[in-house]
Amino acid sequence: MFGYEFYIDPSRCIGCRACLQACEECETHRGKSMINFDFLDRPSTINTVAMVCMHCDEPTCAEVCPADAIKKGEDGVVHSSLKPRCIACNNCVLACPFGIPKMMQDEQQMMKCDMCYDRTSIGRRPMCATVCPSQALAYIPPEEAAKRPTKPIQVFRFGNQIITTKVAMMIPEAFDSVSIDVADYMWEGNGSHDS
Amino acid sequence: MAKPPRSPEALIEQFGPRLSFTPPGGWQNEATHPADKLVKTHCCFCGQQCGIQLKVRENMIIGFEPWEDFPFNRGMLCPKGVKRYMQSSHPDRLMQPLMRSEQGFRPARWDEALDFTAKRIREIQAQYGKDAVAVYGGASLSTEKSYLLGKFARLAIGTRHIDYNGRLCMVSAGTAYKLAFGIDRSTIPWSDIPKTQTLFVIGANIGECAPITTDYIWRCRDNRGRLIVADPRMTPITRNADLYLPVRPGTDLALLMGMLHVIVRDKLEDREFIRNYTTGWDEVAASVQSYDLSTAANITGVPPDAIEKAAHWMAKCDRAIAMHARGLEHQSKGVENCLGVINIMLALGKVGREGCGPTMITGQGNGQGGREHGQKCDQLPGQRSLTDPAARRYIADVWGIAESELPQPGYTAQEIMNAIHAGEIKALFSICFNPLVSLPDANFTRQALSRLEFLGVVDFFMSETARHADVVLAGSLHEEEEGLGCSAEGRVIHWVPSITPPGQARRDSEIIVELAHRLGRGEEFPFRSPRDILEELRVASKGGVADYYGITYERVDQQKGVFWPCPSLEHPGTPRLFEDRKFYTDDGKAHFQVTTWRPSGDPVDQDYPIYLTTGRVISQYLSGTQTRRIGALLEQYPEPRVEIHPRVAAQYGIQDGDYVAVGTRRDEIVLRAMVVRTIRPDTVFIPYHWAGVRSANRLTHRTLDPRSKIPEYKVSACRIRKVAAPDPGPDDRDARRNGTGTR
Repeated sequence: MFGYEFYIDPSRCIGCRACLQACEECETHRGKSMINFDFLDRPSTINTVAMVCMHCDEPTCAEVCPADAIKKGEDGVVHSSLKPRCIACNNCVLACPFGIPKMMQDEQQMMKCDMCYDRTSIGRRPMCATVCPSQALAYIPPEEAAKRPTKPIQVFRFGNQIITTKVAMMIPEAFDSVSIDVADYMWEGNGSHDS
Repeated sequence: MAKPPRSPEALIEQFGPRLSFTPPGGWQNEATHPADKLVKTHCCFCGQQCGIQLKVRENMIIGFEPWEDFPFNRGMLCPKGVKRYMQSSHPDRLMQPLMRSEQGFRPARWDEALDFTAKRIREIQAQYGKDAVAVYGGASLSTEKSYLLGKFARLAIGTRHIDYNGRLCMVSAGTAYKLAFGIDRSTIPWSDIPKTQTLFVIGANIGECAPITTDYIWRCRDNRGRLIVADPRMTPITRNADLYLPVRPGTDLALLMGMLHVIVRDKLEDREFIRNYTTGWDEVAASVQSYDLSTAANITGVPPDAIEKAAHWMAKCDRAIAMHARGLEHQSKGVENCLGVINIMLALGKVGREGCGPTMITGQGNGQGGREHGQKCDQLPGQRSLTDPAARRYIADVWGIAESELPQPGYTAQEIMNAIHAGEIKALFSICFNPLVSLPDANFTRQALSRLEFLGVVDFFMSETARHADVVLAGSLHEEEEGLGCSAEGRVIHWVPSITPPGQARRDSEIIVELAHRLGRGEEFPFRSPRDILEELRVASKGGVADYYGITYERVDQQKGVFWPCPSLEHPGTPRLFEDRKFYTDDGKAHFQVTTWRPSGDPVDQDYPIYLTTGRVISQYLSGTQTRRIGALLEQYPEPRVEIHPRVAAQYGIQDGDYVAVGTRRDEIVLRAMVVRTIRPDTVFIPYHWAGVRSANRLTHRTLDPRSKIPEYKVSACRIRKVAAPDPGPDDRDARRNGTGTR
């Protein structure tokens, strides 16, 4: 949909799993949900997170695919593997830093969130973002997202890998990017080693 | 005697609950057999009444599409809404009337079942008197059906005992709002929520029980509004609370009185508003004098400075809203709790303008519409009082009967069950109610049911209560009959029929009208369709508080909902109440009401040292008759677990997943523990949707609020101990074996 972008805002998620239930109602993959959902640590917190594919600019899943079965469209949407090409090797499942691709054992094919291509390509919102009661998954114009107290980031660091994505993650305003590596937060000098 | 004719195992084998996992024809069927039409209607689960489009093919519901143009939810749905369609075409669906025999339930012809029902009602009345027969209704019925049922009970059966399962839901709030404002409805439309500056949510698990309201709250926060949450548990919306008040179960009133104490102490009240538009302030201000911060903190377990901050945040802003639900209302002082909220909002003058007001969050599907037009024991259509002589005369005229023929008020829902147990009431006709699961003290309910000389049930599935019935009349689902509903906001909406009842099942209203004819009162029940009923309801409600005279199906479709009161076809409806500062009371003013603190009806002591509180989970609805049959929903939260704080768990040697016996003064049940830091250490929580050995309502008690007669589900005293895994009972069977399809 022109002028609309996908935002994931875990601070809004209430853990209801409407996304998970609705995703499996999508006509192109009925009965199979592509949403990844988790309680972060239920004994300690009510916090939950629902994830769709981040649709990376340089998708790791496609890069590691030995069969060249994973394609990204011009609109930036990364699709499920092409059935005739997919050899169900699981490389993509293992390599994706966000843990998105799912191996469908019955079909021997990797399937993943394609941002409801059947809907978004004809001017409709993705199923999960349409039903999400807390709009933790939201398909909205950037101007609308800008009104939220969180801010969108599309740059993620995984060790030495820097990933930029089409889908934005909403994080607290004080941060510019998300890194899970302590090294990224350290001061390691200016490169000259005076000992 | 109304006892199940076969063992629970045998009845489950025959009638379920079985789990439906796939749409009719399987997941892939739609690709080759697409829907014929999309029907814009509403979800049947809960008072939010989200708009949804049902996909229909060959009189079957095969899926859904979000309805993005419906203004309340704009396409949003919770998982119950998403899987709502799976209740249709269900293998457990009752397709024909059933009558109990020695061997079990046998199929019967409609004539036989209806004749027998009418005969038994009349026989029992001849022997024991008219009031020996009671009627139970429900707040998931359409507004037309609930109107019809009230008329049916009082005219066709001629009993004074009719009440409904909303007695377990909205009556504390309703009683309080009628006392203070003269009207039982949310004072605001939900569009006010994002516009408020301080939002106080007390006793309302909004994320799970009113999920779509979450979006309104988050938008309030996007606008830099502040959120205060008071609850013994950190419910999902608490994640973004600016202030969390971990109130001890049953002590909300002390919290509210403490807050009002601060408002009085710091002179934060709106004197002009109080002087011009209210009565009773001085008495209320005096009544909170002794509720200083340390008193309130000691009772509630909420830190004094947090109570003070909450009061200040509510007072020191232009716009504030207070929302409450069953947490506040399911107490033996439920009415006073709601009045505590109303007193604060009136004191602050935050009533009757944009972004301001107290509001209740109606729980059941038609929890609002179902409590307006006469299925309550003391009520006539239009929220009129059954004891008001003018109202009696008006309705008697509309119905074409003598006023003297209208019975006086009868018993409330729990009182009816008590009277059945005591032998005073001998027969029960029940629709849209599963008291064996939903009333407190389930063992008492079971005993009472077994003492009935006749139990007639209208239902679409064999509910746990229906297993006790002499006659089960196969009725209709939400999607099978036209009607109006009314949402939590007070928005009247249109349930558009998508399909007709399958097999020989019939529309509920048709069944009731048929029975009225067999009871010899056909003349007063000339209805051939819900539209006919609505036409009479419009007239019957005219001039009442809940005035529907200006509401038609066509207008509701056109406006995407009409807020009542709506007294004429030209009237736009009333989204926000009291904008003219006129209240629906005799003197037109809002009435402050003095509240008095008192302990719960089931106090904790040395033997039962822990508070038990009960409630809902997002994937289930009420007694689970529908949602325990939908595989995807049951899988999401497969069995009730008891939430325990790690501090208490450690004390009892309990680890996450261990089996725990939870015992109260009524009974003991065994569930697995869910050890979480998101609940007060002095409290455990169990969801109540399950039946049999895992039924939370085996533990709860029958203490009622003296005015609203709501049971005190939210506060019981219990004890816990670790136990070994129990033998699986009949309700623990793996129902999936018999279900349709697989994951």
